[in-house]
Amino acid sequence: MAKTWLTNPQAERALFLGRALFAVVVVLVLTGGLVAQLVALQVGQHAHYATLSDGNRMRIEPLAPTRGLIFDRNGVLLAGNEPSFTLEIVPEQVTDIPATLAALGELIEIREQDLARFNRQLLRQRRFHAVPVRFQLSDEEASAFAVNRHLFPGVDIRATLARRYPFGAIGVHAIGYMSAISEADLAQVDAARYSGTTHYGKSGVELAYESVLHGAVGFRQVETNVQGRVLRVVEYSPPTPGNDLHLTLDIEVQLAAERALGDRAGAIVALDPRNGDVLALVSRPGFDPNAFVDGIDATAYGALERNPRRPLFNRALRGRYPPGSTVKPVLALAADAFRTELARRSVWCEGYFQLPGIDRRFRDWRREGHGRVDLHRAVVESCDVYFYELSLELGIDRMHEFLTAAGFGVRTGIDLKGELAGLMPSREWKRNTMNQGWFHGETLIVGIGQGYMLSTPMQLAQTAALFANRGHAYRPRIVAPIDAAPERVAPLIPERVGDWRRTIQGMTDVVHGAAGTARAIAPRGEGAYTIAGKTGTAQVFTLAQDDDRSVDRPQLPEHLRDHALFIAFAPVESPRIAIAVIVEHGGGGSDIAAPVARTVLDAWIKRGQP
Amino acid sequence: MIEFADRNPRFRDGEGSTGMLGRLLRALHVDGVLLAALVLVAGVGLVALYSASGENMAMVLRQATRLAIAFGALLVVAQIPPRVLYRAAPWLFWLGILLLGAVLAAGDVGKGAQRWLDLGIIRFQPSEIMKLAMPMMVAWLAFSRPLPVDLGRVAICGALIALTAVLIAAQPDLGTALLVAAAGFFALFLAGLRWRIMIGLAVLGTALTPVLWHFMHGYQRQRVLMFLNPEQDPLGAGYHIIQSKIAIGSGGLFGKGWLNGTQSQLEFLPERSTDFIFAVFAEEFGLLGLLALLATYLFIIGRGLWIAANAQDTFGRLLGGSLALTFFVYVFVNAGMVSGLLPVVGVPLPLFSYGGTAMVTLLAGFGILMSIHTHRKLISY
Repeated sequence: MAKTWLTNPQAERALFLGRALFAVVVVLVLTGGLVAQLVALQVGQHAHYATLSDGNRMRIEPLAPTRGLIFDRNGVLLAGNEPSFTLEIVPEQVTDIPATLAALGELIEIREQDLARFNRQLLRQRRFHAVPVRFQLSDEEASAFAVNRHLFPGVDIRATLARRYPFGAIGVHAIGYMSAISEADLAQVDAARYSGTTHYGKSGVELAYESVLHGAVGFRQVETNVQGRVLRVVEYSPPTPGNDLHLTLDIEVQLAAERALGDRAGAIVALDPRNGDVLALVSRPGFDPNAFVDGIDATAYGALERNPRRPLFNRALRGRYPPGSTVKPVLALAADAFRTELARRSVWCEGYFQLPGIDRRFRDWRREGHGRVDLHRAVVESCDVYFYELSLELGIDRMHEFLTAAGFGVRTGIDLKGELAGLMPSREWKRNTMNQGWFHGETLIVGIGQGYMLSTPMQLAQTAALFANRGHAYRPRIVAPIDAAPERVAPLIPERVGDWRRTIQGMTDVVHGAAGTARAIAPRGEGAYTIAGKTGTAQVFTLAQDDDRSVDRPQLPEHLRDHALFIAFAPVESPRIAIAVIVEHGGGGSDIAAPVARTVLDAWIKRGQP
Repeated sequence: MIEFADRNPRFRDGEGSTGMLGRLLRALHVDGVLLAALVLVAGVGLVALYSASGENMAMVLRQATRLAIAFGALLVVAQIPPRVLYRAAPWLFWLGILLLGAVLAAGDVGKGAQRWLDLGIIRFQPSEIMKLAMPMMVAWLAFSRPLPVDLGRVAICGALIALTAVLIAAQPDLGTALLVAAAGFFALFLAGLRWRIMIGLAVLGTALTPVLWHFMHGYQRQRVLMFLNPEQDPLGAGYHIIQSKIAIGSGGLFGKGWLNGTQSQLEFLPERSTDFIFAVFAEEFGLLGLLALLATYLFIIGRGLWIAANAQDTFGRLLGGSLALTFFVYVFVNAGMVSGLLPVVGVPLPLFSYGGTAMVTLLAGFGILMSIHTHRKLISY
C-alpha cells in the first residue's frame, strides 16, 4: 500500500523529543525515590539493621498450635494430647552435626529412621529453626540429657504435646493416625503455616479434617546472643489452637462391632439412616496408632505392611467384594418398580437354571431346589433360580440403571479420604475395558451379585440406609457440621411406597420368617425389635457351576472360603440404624455375618438413644 | 512500499570512531558504547552471583554461558535492518498471540504456572516474544499514519495491549504481563498519546482496582497484602522482604565486602541468586556500590533513548525508545521490590539475576537498538 499521508519529519521528531524528555524526568524522579529509600536503609537505619544482622541476632520462632481433640458423639475422648519430650537441634548453633548426633546417641537411643527423617528435614528448614531428632523421650532419657546438657550447645529438650489414642487399635480406620510430617504432606499445605508443627494426620478423620484440627501457627520474635540463647522476647503472637471435633461415631457401638468381629478379618459400617451419621466404622485387623506418633521403627512397620492380613488396609472404605445375595432385595424392588411379568407370577426352582440352547447349568445354592417360588419367597430363602429368571427379564441395561441408582458402583461421598467405588458392570463398561460384547450368562450372575460386580462395605451400608428410608439416603458423615442439614442424595426410582412393601416384607421375613436365612438372629423376649436384612455369600473360589461332585465348602482352606455378608436395618417401621457386615472367608452370611450384625444393632438400639 | 522519508541530516555525524576497533564495530553493526556498558553490568553481575550462590563456580559458569548466548543473540539481531523488523512486526506479533493461546491450551506446568511451550527440542515461553513483538506492533501501527496517533489507532493499540496482557496474566504471570503492557504503552506514549487519554486511563485504572483484585490469584493477593504490611506474616511471604531489608540496611555506606555479606552467606536471604540478588550486592558493596550500579543502568537507558532520538524514522524511534524505557522498568521494579518500595512481583534484575530466557530476550532487544543505530548510514549512502 502506498503511503498517502504527508508526514512532517521535523514535527514528528520534535514530538518524540518532547515525550522522551518527559520520560527522562519520570525516570530520574523514580530513581531518586529509589535512592532515597536505599539511603534511608543503608545510612539512616544502618545501625538498626546492622544490629539485626550480626552480633545479637533477631530470630523468629514459630509456635506450633495445640491440635484439636477428637470426641465420639457422647463426648468420649478418642484422640487427645499428652505432654511429651522432644529432643531438638538448632542447626546454625551446632558446628559438627554428625559428631553431635553420635555423642547424643550414647545417652539417648537414636534409631535409623530418626536419623533419616532428621537429615531430610535438615535440608528443608531454615538453619535457625529447631529440627527434631527424637520424639517421646522417656523420663530416664530426658534426665540423662538434662545432666549433660552443657556438653551440647544448640541441642535442647522441648516439652511438647503428643497425640494419644486411648482406645488404641479400636476405630483406627475411622479416627486415623498421625506421624511425623513428611515432604509430601508439606506439599499439600502452606509450609509457613506448618513451621514448628512436627506431626500430620495420615488417615481417617485426622487426615480429612487436618485443616480444622491443626489450628494456626503463632510466633515470637526473640533477640538472641551469638550462642543463640534468648535474651528477650521482642514480639509475641500466640498460636490459635485447632478446633475440637465431635464425631458421629458411638464408641460403644464401635467397641461392640470390633468385639463381635473378633480375630476375623472383615469390615462393618453402621449408619443412622435418618441423617447419614456413621455410628461405627470397623476394619479388622487394625493396628495401634500410638506407635506411629512415637515414630514407628522400620521393622515393626515392615511387619505391618507385609502382614498377609493387611492391617493397614481400610476394608470399610477400600475393600471391594462381590455383594453376593445382598443384591437380591434391590433386584426384587426393581421387579416391582419396572412392573415385570415375573413379579406377578412364580417360578419352579429345581436347583438349577439353563439358558435355552446352552448346556451349562446355573445352579442354585440349594441343590435340591426351592420348589414353587414367588418374589417374596425368593427374597426370604434367597432363591438363585428366581433371580436368574428375573435378571433375564430385566436385562443388564435396566439392572445397571437401577443398581447404580441404589448406590452400586458409586462412591457414597463420605467425608473421609480414600473411599473407593465398587464396580457395577454394564455393556459399555465391558466394551471399554475388555473390548467384548455382553453375554446373557453374565446377566444371570449379576442377578446373584457375582461376576464382575464389586461393592465396598461403605456402599452396602448406604444401600441398606436407602432401604431403611424407602428410597432416599443422606451422604454419610463422620463429622456432623453444626450449621448444615444432612445432605440428601438422589432418591431411588420407586417413589411409590407401595412398591417397597413386598421387598421390605421379604427382608423382614429373612430374619423373622420361619424359613428366613437369618431366622436365628431374630430378637425375642423383652426389648425385642424387628430387623429387615439380607444374607449374602460371596464366592472367592469359583466352583464349576455344573460340577456334580458335592463339595463340602467348610473343608476348603481358609483363604479360599467364601466371604460372609449381611446387610440390615432396624427397627423395620422406624429405622434407626442401617448396617453392612463383611467377614472375609467367613463362610455363609447367615451363620457368621448375621450374628455379628445383631450384636451391633443391639448395641445401638438398646442404648436407647432417640 | 514504505519510503524511509524521514531523512535526518544529523545521522551522518554519528560515531566518528576510526581505527581497527571502530571499523570492526561498524562492520558488526554494534554500538561500542552501549555494548561496553552492558558487558560491564554483566561482568559485575557474575561477580555478585559468585558470592550469592555461595561461591558456586558451576552456577557462575552456567550463567556465563547463558550470557554468551544472549550476547550472541544481540549480535544476530543487530544485523537485521529496521525495515525488515518493520515488515516482520505484525507477523511476529500474531505468531506470539497464537503461541500464547497454545500455551494456555496445552502448556507445560512449571512451578504451578503454565508458561512454557514444549516443542520437543526446546522449551520456551511465548510471553518472551511479546516483550519485543508488543512494542514493534504498536510502533508499526503508529508509523502507518502521521503522528501524533489518532484516536482510532490508540483504540486498536489499546485493544492489542489488553489482549496480550490478559493472555499472559492468565498463565498466570502477572509480572511479565505488566512488563509487556508497559512496553506497548511506552511506544504509544512516545507516539504522542494524548494526555487527556492518559489521565482518563489512570482514573479508570484506579476505579477498576477492585475488579482486578477479584481476578487475582491467592498468592498474588498475598503478595500485595504482604507488601502493605510485611510484618504481618514474618514466617511466610513477609520473610523475603524483612530479610532483604536487613541485608541492604546492614550493608551501610561501604558494604561488608565481597563474599562477606552475613545475611546472604548465612542463607538468611531467600532466592538470593535470582530475584533478590540486588540485596546481596547491596549488602556486600554498600550504598556506593549501588549508586555506581544504578548510574550504569541509567547510562544504558540514556544511551538507548539517545539512539532512539537519532533513529532514521518514526518506527525505529518509537521501538527504540520503548525498549529503553522498558529496561528501566525492569531495574526499577526489581530494585524497588527488593528494597521494600514495591510489592514482590517476580521480576529479575536485568543482567544480574540467575536465569536464562529473559536475558536472551533482553539482549535481543538491545540488538534491535543497535540495528536502529547502525543501519542509518548504510541507507543514506
